[in-house]
Amino acid sequence: MRLGFSDKLMMIFIYTFLTLLSFSALYPFWNALVVSFNEGVDTLMGGVTFWPRVFTLENYEVVFNDSRLLNGFFISISRTVIGTAAAILMTAILAYGMTKKDLIGRNQYMVFFIITMYFGGGLIPTFLLVRSLGLMNSFWVFIIPGLVSVWNMIIFRTFFKSLPNGLEESAQIDGCTNWGIFFRIVFPLSGPVIATLALFTAVSHWNDWFLPSIYITNEKLLPIQTMLRQILNANIVTDQVAQLDSASQARMESMQNITSKSLTMATMMVVTMPIIMVYPFVQKYFVKGVLIGSLKE
Amino acid sequence: MSQTTTKQQHAVLLQQRKRKPNLVMRFLKQWDIQLMVWPGILLIFIFAYMPMYGVLIAFMDYNIFTKGDIWANPWVGWKHFEMFFNAPEFYTVMRNTIIISFLKFFIGFPAPIILALMLNEIRHMIFKRVVQTITYLPHFLSWVIVAGLTSSLLATENGSINMLLSSVGAISEPINFLSIPKYFWSILITANVWKEIGFGSIVYLAAIAGVDQHMYEAADIDGATKFKQIYLITLPTIMPVVVIFMILQIGSLLSAGFEDILLLAANPVLRPVSDVIDTYVYRVGVSNYRYSYATAVGLFKAIISIGLLTIANYIARRSGNSLW
Repeated sequence: MRLGFSDKLMMIFIYTFLTLLSFSALYPFWNALVVSFNEGVDTLMGGVTFWPRVFTLENYEVVFNDSRLLNGFFISISRTVIGTAAAILMTAILAYGMTKKDLIGRNQYMVFFIITMYFGGGLIPTFLLVRSLGLMNSFWVFIIPGLVSVWNMIIFRTFFKSLPNGLEESAQIDGCTNWGIFFRIVFPLSGPVIATLALFTAVSHWNDWFLPSIYITNEKLLPIQTMLRQILNANIVTDQVAQLDSASQARMESMQNITSKSLTMATMMVVTMPIIMVYPFVQKYFVKGVLIGSLKE
Repeated sequence: MSQTTTKQQHAVLLQQRKRKPNLVMRFLKQWDIQLMVWPGILLIFIFAYMPMYGVLIAFMDYNIFTKGDIWANPWVGWKHFEMFFNAPEFYTVMRNTIIISFLKFFIGFPAPIILALMLNEIRHMIFKRVVQTITYLPHFLSWVIVAGLTSSLLATENGSINMLLSSVGAISEPINFLSIPKYFWSILITANVWKEIGFGSIVYLAAIAGVDQHMYEAADIDGATKFKQIYLITLPTIMPVVVIFMILQIGSLLSAGFEDILLLAANPVLRPVSDVIDTYVYRVGVSNYRYSYATAVGLFKAIISIGLLTIANYIARRSGNSLW
């Protein structure tokens, strides 16, 4: 294949552009990592970009010795593991039931589910409902409302329908019950789709900071993302106050040492690490997942 | 032969009709599969339908002390809607909502398509994989992290952007970007594109993969430049996918964003440019306890969204891609 002048020019442009794009995608992250390994007071002097100037592990030591942050991690991990496992199992069972042709009311149930994809009560009525159910300041507020996802149910159902009918029939002839078929045949055969949906569910559990911020006031139940948000907000407040007058600036500077930028970055890195670490292994699944999701039925 | 089949069908139909009264019995007999779906139905009923019923408080004066029983609240009709339309924030909130969602639509929507078209031209597979891996990653970060990275980059102390600008002499002293209203929309849109451009391109890359390679060969022989090939072969082929996604976007035109705005505009100074319907609902409802009023504002948005979705579906049907 020959490349004309304009083609060459375009390829040069594309390669340059994509390199710059990748750089800009990576740089904020790299810079945060570098700052997290840099000494806190030194960072305030500026100029830390690609490499730590005064290398230290102190920030990470502080993060890992902070019992509140550790507790936040524990909450985040618990809700991600329990929430994902329970939601996937619950949604898969529901989806399997919905594949049964002789299920009485199947079409009505489907309409009942589909409606919720287009209509909802909105933030405040949901908030009031959760409150009246006594789920405020309860760990279960992370798990129960998200147990069933209609979207995932439809993806599961489409997948289950694509499984060969013969498998189920032969199991039925062998005297297997419907629940037995689900647990012994259908569920174990659904590895890829389970992996994909579990990945997206887990990421949304891990990344959720908003629901805890309105439903949880007890600090012992706050997940790490919500805590991180509070830390970042506290930084903004100190910035603002510091701008007001220099008298309070001295007081704020001592506070800034506690919530210094390097420390915040270290916390951010620790919060992101689980995602970065599993990311390379799940890449093939999420590409598949996006494509299943966009096909719908 | 055919007569016997119709007779048989008749017999089956009759039997079915006879069985009809025993619906309850049939239902009980298949208790095992009903048991699979009913927990899901109950959960959806509680967490999706009960809030819809709770929307009624938009027409009442909700009192915190009448928890549970919403009928104990006095009806006030359209009072809260009128209050919103006459509120001083109405104009700002509506303007910001519309501007931000249009910016997101005109910049955030085409960006992944352009990226996919570019990635498709790359013959160097390792380079392509590296770019994909890096650009997909930000999608999986929470908005808290993205907002944290943004404010770190834009900070006055050791913020990379300020350092870059002052090193080239563009500014004499650091600018506190996240507290100056005129920069907010650019920052918000950039952060959104940064987070979603790679992930959004996946679906278009898949669509591009379906383009018949012979067409490029033929175009090559005819001496078409790469740019012409993209413009005349690739783009028209992926157009149906683009149109579907575009239509889907119309329905969410009033959802200008929530988490991103809430976190990036943490500084109240930005409120005149950052406040959109969803953040307004959150602030007056959850923070100021004006439950009925906030619900009314949310309902107002929902009604317009449903209208937009219906229009979008009408357009989709005319172009042959109905959503439902």
